[in-house]
Amino acid sequence: MAALDPHAAVVTGATGAVPVAALTTADGRPLARALAISSRRARRRAFLLVLPLLAFVLITFVVPIGQMLHRSMYNDGFAANMPQVSQWFADTPPGTEPDEAAFAALAADLTAAAEAKTIGIVGTRINYDVPGTRSLFTATGRKARGGFEPPYKAALLDADEKWGDLRLWRVMRNASTAYTSNFYLAAVDRTRDDEGRIVMAPAQQQVYVMLFQRTLVLSLLITLTTFLLGFPIAHLLATLPMRRSNLLMILVLLPFWTSLLVRTTAWMVLLQQQGVINDLLVWMGAIDEQGRLSMMYNQIGTVIAMTHILLPFMILPLYSVMRTINPSYVRAARSLGATSWTAFRRVYFPQTLPGLGAGALLVFILAVGYYITPALVGGSSGQLISNMIAMHMTETLNWSMAAALAALLLGGVLVLYWVYDRLVGIDNLKLG
Amino acid sequence: MPLPRRLALTALLVALPLSGRAAELKVLSWGGEFSAAQQAAFARPFTQATGIAVDIVDAESPTALIKSQVTAGNVTFDLASVGLADAVRLCDEGLALPIDHRALAPGADGSPAAQDFLPGTLGPCFVPTDVYATVIAYDASRPGGAPQTIADFFDVTLFPGRRGLLKEPRFTLEMALMGDGVPADQVYATLSTPQGLDRAFAKLDQIRRNAVWWEAGSQPVQLLADGEVAMTMAYNGRIFAAQIDEDRPFRILWDGQVYETEGWMIPKGAPNPEEALRFVAWTTAPEPLARAAEQLSYGPPRRSSQALVGVYARDGKTPMAPHLPTTPENMKNALAIDTGFWVDHDAELTERFAAWLAGADE
Repeated sequence: MAALDPHAAVVTGATGAVPVAALTTADGRPLARALAISSRRARRRAFLLVLPLLAFVLITFVVPIGQMLHRSMYNDGFAANMPQVSQWFADTPPGTEPDEAAFAALAADLTAAAEAKTIGIVGTRINYDVPGTRSLFTATGRKARGGFEPPYKAALLDADEKWGDLRLWRVMRNASTAYTSNFYLAAVDRTRDDEGRIVMAPAQQQVYVMLFQRTLVLSLLITLTTFLLGFPIAHLLATLPMRRSNLLMILVLLPFWTSLLVRTTAWMVLLQQQGVINDLLVWMGAIDEQGRLSMMYNQIGTVIAMTHILLPFMILPLYSVMRTINPSYVRAARSLGATSWTAFRRVYFPQTLPGLGAGALLVFILAVGYYITPALVGGSSGQLISNMIAMHMTETLNWSMAAALAALLLGGVLVLYWVYDRLVGIDNLKLG
Repeated sequence: MPLPRRLALTALLVALPLSGRAAELKVLSWGGEFSAAQQAAFARPFTQATGIAVDIVDAESPTALIKSQVTAGNVTFDLASVGLADAVRLCDEGLALPIDHRALAPGADGSPAAQDFLPGTLGPCFVPTDVYATVIAYDASRPGGAPQTIADFFDVTLFPGRRGLLKEPRFTLEMALMGDGVPADQVYATLSTPQGLDRAFAKLDQIRRNAVWWEAGSQPVQLLADGEVAMTMAYNGRIFAAQIDEDRPFRILWDGQVYETEGWMIPKGAPNPEEALRFVAWTTAPEPLARAAEQLSYGPPRRSSQALVGVYARDGKTPMAPHLPTTPENMKNALAIDTGFWVDHDAELTERFAAWLAGADE
């Protein structure tokens, strides 16, 4: 009825509400909706464009790393293959002495696992916590071919008296749940004692904490040396005329195109006791035949070789930032009475910080994960944590342990990254 | 020609070569000279004899690759060359197919395969192809006299100079005990006790100041060649190559050698298990094993193969027998790696060894 009222339009028109609502596109749709639709379409198209990259990152990076990290606290080698005895552990409070029912469950599980050829997996899992028990499982499994006769406790103790060891039962109880913190404990040189308390591992087994510390210290040292060596070179590159700086740039990049092993071996030839540098020093009479310097197969060798290998990662970001620094700033500072040192310290150096930050972060993160060079030139003292991760991945096949060590390393780097962000600011990075 | 018939014909033409081709065996091996030797002694003659193509693929660590493939349920290899210890481990975890030893060829003298292979080298999922040894090597052209026994390696007063050692507890602890006078047959009994372990590390302490540690098999050869060390632990195959191919005056001290077996395992879920078994049986007959020993100085693991080994395939004149770890004269004081001991104690001793190494500088 209101539409028929000739005054109605005039009245509402006077308030100004109707003409706003009537803003439409050429084909009569409301403008706001049309805008929303078109911007949504643009967003969708943008998303579709990055979708391949997103899928690539997810499939090749996030998922495998997530699985690997999951492995560091999840190992169902015992729980999945020993269901009955795991159930007994679930039904009884911790500390319960194994009774006949427990041994019966164990005997049944051992027989089944030997049948299914999974007994090696079970033994491997327990062997992580009690070294030397893997063969206990496999040997008992071989005896279990025909099954055990009751009373099971006597039968199992007859097969091997180690089955009566309460420490073994405590470890089996711990392994009967797939989720465990044991690998993380082992990765920081801790273990559980007979009461289940967390204690230090025996002194002669303590190695990981020391290796983490060494990795951190050496990586920081290498970052520092690449900075000390790389800064002047980058400055030279940025200030020389183009033609000569291009030649220098090729020299900086040349090692990039040479195999890592070749570069490492070249350092061996130079630095070893019968090597070029020692021969030269002996020939010059600086040292005698007995006093040849040890510069290889120790930490010195590791630092020298890794500094050389990682140097371009420091030089390139520094160079790209230094090229953009206007030389007139320093000139202005000098003309206002600053000494060359003050002009460098207060005007030039602060402007290189974004490049320095990026270079330092790159070098440090690469150094933390290096293992080929330390393995070849590190000798006994140049071994890093990544060498142990590689060892657990490829030799002992203890992937849970490798994952726990890698997770700690990743966590440590992330913490440092966070500290770095608070101190320097990630927004200030310039990667080239 | 109507379209459907033309399509059918095309499909047939495309399908023919596929169906006519026999399965191709994919074999995982260690690469380098080792793969080349297997190509020459095993793969090529096998393909000629049976028509089955063999593709040898190189991997840094065949065991880790096999484990990941079998656990993921996507196995692309029919066979892998692995060490005996790894084969035992994979077999116990149900990742390898059992191999019936009755399918293997009898010895050259007609004795059954189980008696012809060297004791302790056959496994339920494993058939050996070669025996390699970790030995002491030295440069005969240097003054100071030649070491006579493994004890001389640990004696830096009688034989001054630095020593190259493998940066791994395996082989190194065994050699330390043998250098301390423990007979080969008691090494593992000794290592299994805490006192025995301490004794091994105490022996290593004696040469700690003189030690240069290596990891890659090529390093000890270089260390010897550069005069960085007076003696070094080394893999016998590498020293042989330096002696013969590069004509270097290196010698091997066979006393106290520690040897390990390598061979075939068939991963569970292999695409062509029957052809794989055929390949295993064919290549581990006495004759092909002897041919393989002419390619590299790794010994054939069969008794009846020893006499069949001739001259070095590459130069056609060096008799191989004196260079093989399995030759009886070289076996007088030799120790076989105990795989059972190492699958039990690998991680524990690697950690202790690393901790000991780290203390070496303080």
